[in-house]
Amino acid sequence: MTAFGKLFRTTAFRLTLVYLLLFALFAASLLGYFAWNTRRLITDQITATVNEETGLLTGVFNRRGLRGLVFAIENRALRPGSNLYLVTTPAGLAVAGNVGSLQPGVMETTGWSETEYRRLDEQDKSDHLALVNVTELSNGFRLLIGRDLEERHRIFGVVASAAQWSLLIVVILGLGGGIFVARRVLHRIDAMTGTTQRIMAGDLGGRLPVGRSGDELDRLAENLNAMLERIEALMNGLKEVSDNIAHDLKTPLTRLRNRAEQALAKSGSEGDYRAALEQTIEESDGLIRTFNALLMIARAESGQARDNMADFDAADVAQGIHELYEPLAEDNGLKLSVQAEPAPLHGNRELISQALANLVENAIKYGQPKPAAQPLGADAAAADRTVLIEARRDGGRIILAVTDHGCGIPEPNRKRAVERFVRLETSRTMPGSGLGLSLASAVATLHGGDLTLDDAHPGLCAMLSIPARNGEGLAAPTPDVQQNGA
Amino acid sequence: MRLLIIEDDRESADYLVKAFREVGHVAELAGDGEEGLSLADGGDYDVLVIDRMLPKRDGLSVIGSLRDKGNRTPVLILSALGQVDDRIKGLRAGGDDYLPKPYSFAELLARVEVLSRRQGGREETVYRVGDLELDRLSHRVARGEEELTLQPREFRLLEYLMKHAGQVVTRTMLLENVWDYHFDPQTNVIDVHISRLRSKIDKGFERPLLHTIRGAGYMIRDGVR
Repeated sequence: MTAFGKLFRTTAFRLTLVYLLLFALFAASLLGYFAWNTRRLITDQITATVNEETGLLTGVFNRRGLRGLVFAIENRALRPGSNLYLVTTPAGLAVAGNVGSLQPGVMETTGWSETEYRRLDEQDKSDHLALVNVTELSNGFRLLIGRDLEERHRIFGVVASAAQWSLLIVVILGLGGGIFVARRVLHRIDAMTGTTQRIMAGDLGGRLPVGRSGDELDRLAENLNAMLERIEALMNGLKEVSDNIAHDLKTPLTRLRNRAEQALAKSGSEGDYRAALEQTIEESDGLIRTFNALLMIARAESGQARDNMADFDAADVAQGIHELYEPLAEDNGLKLSVQAEPAPLHGNRELISQALANLVENAIKYGQPKPAAQPLGADAAAADRTVLIEARRDGGRIILAVTDHGCGIPEPNRKRAVERFVRLETSRTMPGSGLGLSLASAVATLHGGDLTLDDAHPGLCAMLSIPARNGEGLAAPTPDVQQNGA
Repeated sequence: MRLLIIEDDRESADYLVKAFREVGHVAELAGDGEEGLSLADGGDYDVLVIDRMLPKRDGLSVIGSLRDKGNRTPVLILSALGQVDDRIKGLRAGGDDYLPKPYSFAELLARVEVLSRRQGGREETVYRVGDLELDRLSHRVARGEEELTLQPREFRLLEYLMKHAGQVVTRTMLLENVWDYHFDPQTNVIDVHISRLRSKIDKGFERPLLHTIRGAGYMIRDGVR
């Protein structure tokens, strides 16, 4: 494509052409209207003057006869820039006036007409155009009074040449402006295209240039940059996941393989084989669980789970999870309790349940109180052994919180604890995939909320905060108050 | 029990056929969706095990056409797409149960057996296993002469186990059917519930009724077969 072809194909240039055409038409019609109006005005003026003089001179003729009229006309005809006058006999002979020649037949018809004429006192041979009025006087005499139309013609010429020039200027400026704008836009678009091509080639870090004017192209570039940011984050997440999969799944896989190899190498009893196989199955079940958790996180993070969202009450979820885990907590020497208020949510119930379940499982796993240095009262000991599940509404948000009084997570580690596969040193020995908190966090993100970890003095308070369902009354429905007449 | 397995991966299909035969079921095999549909349409099977992704015709579409033709044979969907949404999609398409890959054969067997009996299903109001009795209407549970007090969830757990008395019920099946959760807990949360239930219905009685089936799940049955 040639440079001009490219320029011509830009939207900016085409728009300029369209505007140019529109403006040219507009200017032309404006000038046309102006010209037509001027012409009408001049014609009206001439008509009025001529009518007035006709009336005057007819009066003179009536009062003073032909002689008086001739005298009056000779008098007027000599003034510079005077009107045209001609008086003819019934035979058509000129008696008085300043008209040298007329188009034939003008004097024969009374009333208004336009005619070419030549003045008596003029030396040049050219004909002029005039607007004349022929009146029949008594006795067959005719009086012609007219006015040269040169002025009208001149004004028309001025307008016409103004029209030509302005059209030319409009076209030149328009084309120039169009090319300027188009080049500017083209330049920026080319820059954008260049960047996107680099990004497509694999450089995900590339960003579109954003100007300072804040115009629509800048806004577009900003939005595209935000999109690229998100894509890059997702890609990095994906890369991180695959790195982590490589790391954390290879370890158990290696263990699995070693065990199988070992079992094969030493010719043991059937019991040995059986034990090795059972361990293999157990190990692979663990792998599958980790895999499922990873897929679930990926799905929650990518937003796919939005299809299955429904309205439900988070309080029911809290009750359900409490019911499910209460015996397990008790077996672990903890007391699981629940405080649930109505908390309307719109979301994926299954995922929210799982997120809460993960938090509760963590609390049960790590919620054992530290051995107290000094013996505490019975009440304090009981409080320490409590794991509390809460569902409540806090303004526009729904809070699902699990609080334990175990060892907690030291402040600097809290952010890291939410990341995938991070298992803080202190918990390396406990079973688990290290994905529980990441899944809870991903679920919260999917629902437009977040997961925060707080100090429960001592212990950990893990809190899912999710926007409440829209359109639900902020306050719980109040029972109708009876109006007493008294 | 006559089974039709529609699965395109030859190795896992052969494994399934062999494994089902070993436990005494008749299993036939179809390698793609078209073949599976024509076999399922013509044959008299107790359960169909259908892979979600099949050559020639998608698993869900096979189920759809069967249901359109009025074929009500229970269907278990196997899928590598093991997520909640896919499960819901599978069940909406007319599947009766859904098992994500990879699965253990014990899990698959337990589910298939439950499906196969569902048609004739035990829907009586009083379930009896040995001297244990559960009345579904009055919510009364008794063992021999002794009245037992169960929590509502324990009642539902026992009800589900007794409905499938003599059949293996896996932990996932319990979590799905009694609690309506479809995720894997990372802990032995179901076992704890079972042991509570066991302490109520079996403790102090000579013959235990609630058995742990190693590597599979649980089963309630009268000790003597």
